[in-house]
Amino acid sequence: MKKWILLILVVMLFAALPAFGASKTVILATTTSTQDSGLLDVLVPMFEKESGFQVKTISVGSGQAMKMGEKGEADVLLVHSPDAEKKFMTDGFGATRRLVMHNDFVIVGPAADGAKVKGTTGSLAAMKVIAQSGAIFASRGDNSGTHAKEKTLWKGAGINPEGQKWYQQTGLGMGQTLNVAAEKKGYSLTDRATFLALKKNLGLVILSEGDSKLLNIYHVIELNPVKSPKINSSGGKAFADFMISKKTQETIGRFGVEKFGAPLFFPDAGKNPASLGL
Amino acid sequence: MDLIIEGIVAALKLVASVDKEVVAVTLLSLKISCSATLISLFIGIPTGTMLALADFPGRRLIISMVNTGMGLPPVVVGLFVTIFLWRNGPLGFLEILYTPLAMIMAQVVIATPIVTGISIASIQALPSNLKLQVLALGATRLQMIWILVREARLPLLAAVMAGFGGVISEVGASIMVGGNIKGQTRVLTTATVMETGKGNFDVAIALSLILLTLAFSVNYLLTVIQQKERPR
Repeated sequence: MKKWILLILVVMLFAALPAFGASKTVILATTTSTQDSGLLDVLVPMFEKESGFQVKTISVGSGQAMKMGEKGEADVLLVHSPDAEKKFMTDGFGATRRLVMHNDFVIVGPAADGAKVKGTTGSLAAMKVIAQSGAIFASRGDNSGTHAKEKTLWKGAGINPEGQKWYQQTGLGMGQTLNVAAEKKGYSLTDRATFLALKKNLGLVILSEGDSKLLNIYHVIELNPVKSPKINSSGGKAFADFMISKKTQETIGRFGVEKFGAPLFFPDAGKNPASLGL
Repeated sequence: MDLIIEGIVAALKLVASVDKEVVAVTLLSLKISCSATLISLFIGIPTGTMLALADFPGRRLIISMVNTGMGLPPVVVGLFVTIFLWRNGPLGFLEILYTPLAMIMAQVVIATPIVTGISIASIQALPSNLKLQVLALGATRLQMIWILVREARLPLLAAVMAGFGGVISEVGASIMVGGNIKGQTRVLTTATVMETGKGNFDVAIALSLILLTLAFSVNYLLTVIQQKERPR
């Protein structure tokens, strides 16, 4: 009996022993789309190998990522919520903000399309039709970049969905929100990358796309060490530089081509923001 | 229905192929939860024994707090541990947020009240004469405590099982303080959440099956020990 307990204790201790080494780490706060689409699984190991830094990717919504940046709890941000980013920069929390890539948002829904979104022109008309039909719309509801975009679309369409029965806020990541939409045969706004990556299990189809209002633009933001002295600013800079380097940009452009037949992101480093309508 | 069957088939294939990443995630889960359980035993059993035997003002209040703590929601623990460990938080100088160490810390906070609570109950369930008898036979106070703990060892094993079961299966705290970082803090529960979000239900089912098997094996082992010694 005693032996048994001792044995268990020893096994547990042994399991606990291996040291948890702390090397130089960079905390990257980013959106769920870069993680759920699998892009970071490709880029992060590349960066770690090149720079010797270890990356801790915390994938949350863009809003929360920027909050972490404000508090100095992250070293570098990769986000897609341009209006909020501009405010973040004017408030002095960021040191540099550079264009990395874009893809686009799409409005998805059940193939049966009870709200008749297909056939509408432009994203605003699509949103209006959904609201009028009373079909379920699954919103991220988490202050993410996608949620911010969705709110601008509602505003543009002159609709206040807040509190409506058909408007359901999940408070979850993009992938899970799409699952909710699929399950309830509802509509949703999603970035194309996440949608393509998850499409096989969803049963949702793209119903509205291509509008210039639906561009989804990603920036990398280095944080201001004056505001948050504890951040690893050299690591943050290294990652930001890495994201816009030629090799990384090529990798971004190729990502997803093999699996989905089309790229999920379009590299934009060094381009004039005006060319994307910013 | 198809999804369930396909999922289980894919899951079994994944388990059978001994996928390197799945193995790493499983081992990390075990490592973190075993460490946390072990630490909570070292804190919880002495504290529980003390609370069961000692008499001091405020004892009932503390026991009520421990009993409440047995149902501590992991997300609440996760939130507070995260706030404490932030760079600008009170324990920020440790620089352990988003590491396995932080996850162990959170899990210790979850498991310790469970272990303490069951320890109190186990010691108190001993016949009350036993304590007097042992003391009458000339044992010192420390010897008496040791004998009582030994006598209560079988119910105390339940504390180990409940503590381990509580932490290996929780996800709220792990995802908050660990961040579900690939190769560093991704454990079975957080990986299951992520794979579900990604729509990879087969992988999620595989991870769940591993988690269940793991929890079952550990509990089976402990139950065998416990039942071997039961009074017949």
